[in-house]
Amino acid sequence: MSQRVTLQRLLTNIFLYALLIAAAIVVVFPVYYALTSSLLSTQEAATYPPKLVPTGLHLENYTEALERAPLLRYLLNSTIQSSIVMLGQVTLASLAAYAFAFIDFKWKNLVFLVFLSTMMIPWEATIIPNYLLIRSLKWADTFQGLAAPYLATAFGTFLLRQFFLTIPKDLRDAATIDGCGHLRFLLTVVVPLARPALGTLAVYSFLQTYNQYLWPLLITSVKDMRTVQIGIALLQDEERFAFNIVMAGVMIVLLPTLTLFILANRQLIRGLTAGAVKG
Amino acid sequence: MTMLESAAEVAGRMRPSIRLAGPRWRAVRNFLLAMLFLSPSLVIFLTFVFTPLVRTFWLSTYATNPIGRPTVFVGLDQYLRLIQTPDFAYSLRVSLLFALYTVPTTILVGLVLATLGNMRLRGIALFRICFSFTIAVSGATASLIFLYLYHPATGPLNYFLDLLRLPRVNWLTDASTALMAVSLTTVWLQIGLNTIILLAGMQGISDEFYEAAKIDGAGFWASFRHVTLPLLSPTMFFLLVMDTLAALQAFTQFQVMTKGGPMSSTTVVVYSIYREFYFNGQYGYAAAQSVVLFFIMLVLTTIQFGVLERRVFYQ
Repeated sequence: MSQRVTLQRLLTNIFLYALLIAAAIVVVFPVYYALTSSLLSTQEAATYPPKLVPTGLHLENYTEALERAPLLRYLLNSTIQSSIVMLGQVTLASLAAYAFAFIDFKWKNLVFLVFLSTMMIPWEATIIPNYLLIRSLKWADTFQGLAAPYLATAFGTFLLRQFFLTIPKDLRDAATIDGCGHLRFLLTVVVPLARPALGTLAVYSFLQTYNQYLWPLLITSVKDMRTVQIGIALLQDEERFAFNIVMAGVMIVLLPTLTLFILANRQLIRGLTAGAVKG
Repeated sequence: MTMLESAAEVAGRMRPSIRLAGPRWRAVRNFLLAMLFLSPSLVIFLTFVFTPLVRTFWLSTYATNPIGRPTVFVGLDQYLRLIQTPDFAYSLRVSLLFALYTVPTTILVGLVLATLGNMRLRGIALFRICFSFTIAVSGATASLIFLYLYHPATGPLNYFLDLLRLPRVNWLTDASTALMAVSLTTVWLQIGLNTIILLAGMQGISDEFYEAAKIDGAGFWASFRHVTLPLLSPTMFFLLVMDTLAALQAFTQFQVMTKGGPMSSTTVVVYSIYREFYFNGQYGYAAAQSVVLFFIMLVLTTIQFGVLERRVFYQ
């Protein structure tokens, strides 16, 4: 009897793992295809049927993508842009979330609503004036132009506020008695306690900015200022690159975000869903 | 009224206000303090969200010169032009079709993946990463990969069709399939976020519900239908709103994969906006399109909240 139960459980588990593996193969296939293609020789890349299993390791595709496309320069630009936005968002959202969580002030709900309403305004309703503004400030092809519109974040403020609210108010009262000002309290007590939430926001804003496409497309026209997403899309447009080289470029562009996701996925997921579901 | 009386009256009126001065001063001080913390964000929002929103409305009533300076007030002429040219109605139709193709599919696939990822099996964490990693993939790289997956002569998708002895498809170059092909790419891109949020929703459902269902003799399907789905409906509603808004704002896939073609079969409204202002210098006309799309999104969200949210089951 018990043997039959274990056999049945074994069969169920085999079936479930088969399902899981099948689903994983379907979802991962596009990236797998990009990876194997990036390792093919240029002749192999143009053959039919397509080679779905790597036959060798043509790593020279990677050096070629890095050298000929200036992908390294694009990567540097994207990293600078994303770091500025990340620092800005974490700083500005911490300050704003602190006010919402620790200061009692008039019209708090109204101001909070103003913050939230920015999440309801789609980009296409603001993009033309923003583009014209950045041009007239002569900020096209600059890092401040790339970063400025994205320095504040309602989503991030909301995320941090939720976390700040879990910090006991007694701590603030005790600090007041000790003569500790708000800014010092934020820096020495709240920020260290809120490190997980700050980490989530930092990773999220870096990912978002690094993956941005339309804004850098609009306001960069000089080759030296292009970000990595624009650069990679141009690889394909220019037609002088073989398919295996383009895929090597794609893998180079994907590597930082995929690594970041695999390292930080637990924290990212917990933080994002706390903000999204409880909201 | 004597001097003395009026002085006493003034003093009397003063006294409560003197007593109030403490809390009132503190209220003012707190407000200013809060503003100090909020102003960096508020300045950014004012400059890059609220002012531009108003300027978009304003711009839509002007004709502009090639660098975007408004020249002549034209009132609602741009809007009349939108109604009169069939192109705009067509691009609206493409946008709505795109949302219709992508949103339900994404939620459905997300639901399947989240159910699989929610099983208590060894190594499930690895599968969860496989089901959610597309959240880290950019629109540009996904579009490039799919461009080659769809390659009519050497792409793997047509190769698979060959293996199954099915007729080949000219995915992106055929006006009847291009929108579908871009939709598939979009579903893949959005699966990560949807699975993550649905999985979190499922993990938020207390075990007690499942135990109660088990006692009632419910198998997997019955408890999925009568416990998981109703308790997950707020999460699915949230995703429905978010995914619809995202679909109507999707741009990168169209720019990288089809540039609106073939034969404008993938010219969604945002692509048309981009083309009008960035290439044709028609800032006012593009702004009018933005305003219309903005209101359509607002109406759709309101309808979703008004009609569907009532059917959502809150725990």
